[in-house]
Amino acid sequence: MSAATETYYDRRGILQTLGRDGLIQIILILNTIVMLGPLVIMFFAAFKTNAQIFQSPFSIPDFSNVANLVKIWSETNFLRYLINSAIVTGSSIVLILTLGTMAAYGIARYNFRGSGFVLMFFVAGLTLPLKLAIIPLFILMRDLGILNTQLSLVIIYVAMGLPTTVFIMTGFIRTLPNELEDAARMDGASEPRIMWSIMLPLVRPALVISGIQNVVPIWNDFFFPLIFIQKDALKTLPQGLTTFMGEYTTDWGVLFAGLLLSSAPVILVYIVLSRQFINGMTAGAVK
Amino acid sequence: MPGSPLLARRLWITALIVPPLAFVALFVVYPIISAFAYAFFQWHGLARGEFVGFANFYKVLFTQPYADWTANAFLHNVLVFFALMVLQNGVGFLLAYCLWRELPGAAFHRVAVFLPVVLSTIIVGFLWKLFLHPLFGVVNISLRGTGLGGLAQPWLGQDTTALWALIIANAWHMVGFPTLVFLAGMQRIPGEILDAVRMETESEWVKISKVVWPLVAPSATVVFTLLFVGSFNWFELPYIMAGVDGSPHKATDVLGLYFYRTAFGDQSGSGQDFGAGSALAVLIFLFIAIVAGFITFRLRAREIQI
Repeated sequence: MSAATETYYDRRGILQTLGRDGLIQIILILNTIVMLGPLVIMFFAAFKTNAQIFQSPFSIPDFSNVANLVKIWSETNFLRYLINSAIVTGSSIVLILTLGTMAAYGIARYNFRGSGFVLMFFVAGLTLPLKLAIIPLFILMRDLGILNTQLSLVIIYVAMGLPTTVFIMTGFIRTLPNELEDAARMDGASEPRIMWSIMLPLVRPALVISGIQNVVPIWNDFFFPLIFIQKDALKTLPQGLTTFMGEYTTDWGVLFAGLLLSSAPVILVYIVLSRQFINGMTAGAVK
Repeated sequence: MPGSPLLARRLWITALIVPPLAFVALFVVYPIISAFAYAFFQWHGLARGEFVGFANFYKVLFTQPYADWTANAFLHNVLVFFALMVLQNGVGFLLAYCLWRELPGAAFHRVAVFLPVVLSTIIVGFLWKLFLHPLFGVVNISLRGTGLGGLAQPWLGQDTTALWALIIANAWHMVGFPTLVFLAGMQRIPGEILDAVRMETESEWVKISKVVWPLVAPSATVVFTLLFVGSFNWFELPYIMAGVDGSPHKATDVLGLYFYRTAFGDQSGSGQDFGAGSALAVLIFLFIAIVAGFITFRLRAREIQI
């Protein structure tokens, strides 16, 4: 084979690579425009009047015109809904991580008869949708007298979050080395003390993953508040959003401002912690 | 430790395991078992009546108008599943393959594609409902602005386009999820395998179909199963964008909406029937569990250990 043909093939290789990488860049850039475009339009529209939205939906608005945002803040229960969401989500996460770690620690660190069965029991509910048990849950909450309370939501979210949390935490806690634990046991430390002072600090990364995996679906949930909560003062953010979206149907600037304010907390946290969010939310799906 | 260390240890394990176990038993296992039991009873509002055997199942499957509603909603779920298989999982695979090359900017595109995934379905639903508004929505405004006014239509208001509009909104919302699951799968493919392939072939297609695709089989299993469960559980997006009645003319009705209406009543609040609702829930539940189990089992079989 002559030198000339070799260069020819080499060059073709480079051109092909350039062409292929160019195509890939174009696909990625177009996709990012499709992903972010709608959110940018929403962001702009939140600062516009109806007429501006209908005539020039893509134009950059005058950001000092915050009338729509003020209206949401002062005329709706937005702040109340936001606080409710924070209370419900916060308590649910604390309970999920506490109960989930307890169960996972028990299953992963101690050999006892039936531990395999106990794990199976938790994991069985992993993919089965609890939504379909909503009728019995509704009746159960009524019988417990907690319909129309935030407790009913917290309970259901903990029930929903425990299976995956126990699954992930058990896997993680099993990988921790025995040496530290054994040394502490030799020194006469009690089992609770070993768990609390020695093992739990090592579990932190898995707690972050589990926390994020649970926080997004709970913060965003709409179905269970729809069934359990009727009182306006107790509504969570997604549910409250449906309330004021219904009230301001003709005032599009206010509608977009409502969507912007509701999505802002999650978007801001996501931008700061995107790696943790991505790892956490795909944790159950990526081995 | 004073006393009996064995007993203390047993108590300690019990204290760890029993509270979470009791919680799951009471609020997951018991409701799911009850859901099955409830389907065999007649219901008067919120009060359970007499045992009626399979009458509720017979009612929702074989008597009119329920039978038609059930079939209509079920077929829509099937369509949603296959459409999203292409628009969400297929596109997700393609995007993952593009991100995998780690060209400049890939980190930014990765964050961007996942951004909608963290948003509430309620926000996404309202956003697209406003965008698709026949007169003032940005979609039709853009079409008119670029001389394509003939294509402008009431996307959510006509039978032919409404369900597809919902499907596309869903794909926009969730495409980042399969993308990043596939990407994680691709990143686990060992470099030696890829080098070996590069020696053998120049064709990108051969590389994708014969090497990458088989090696990301574990990601595919997860993503397909989750999409299946999600498609047959679809509720929030159609509820927000099309309403609880699956308008227009039940063109967007899916099992989730139909179940909700049957159990808790429609827009007017009438027609609440916990018996028929429970029967529907049991049928959907069994269908999802059996098919998801089957999908997982079949797809696991084609996974290769690297």
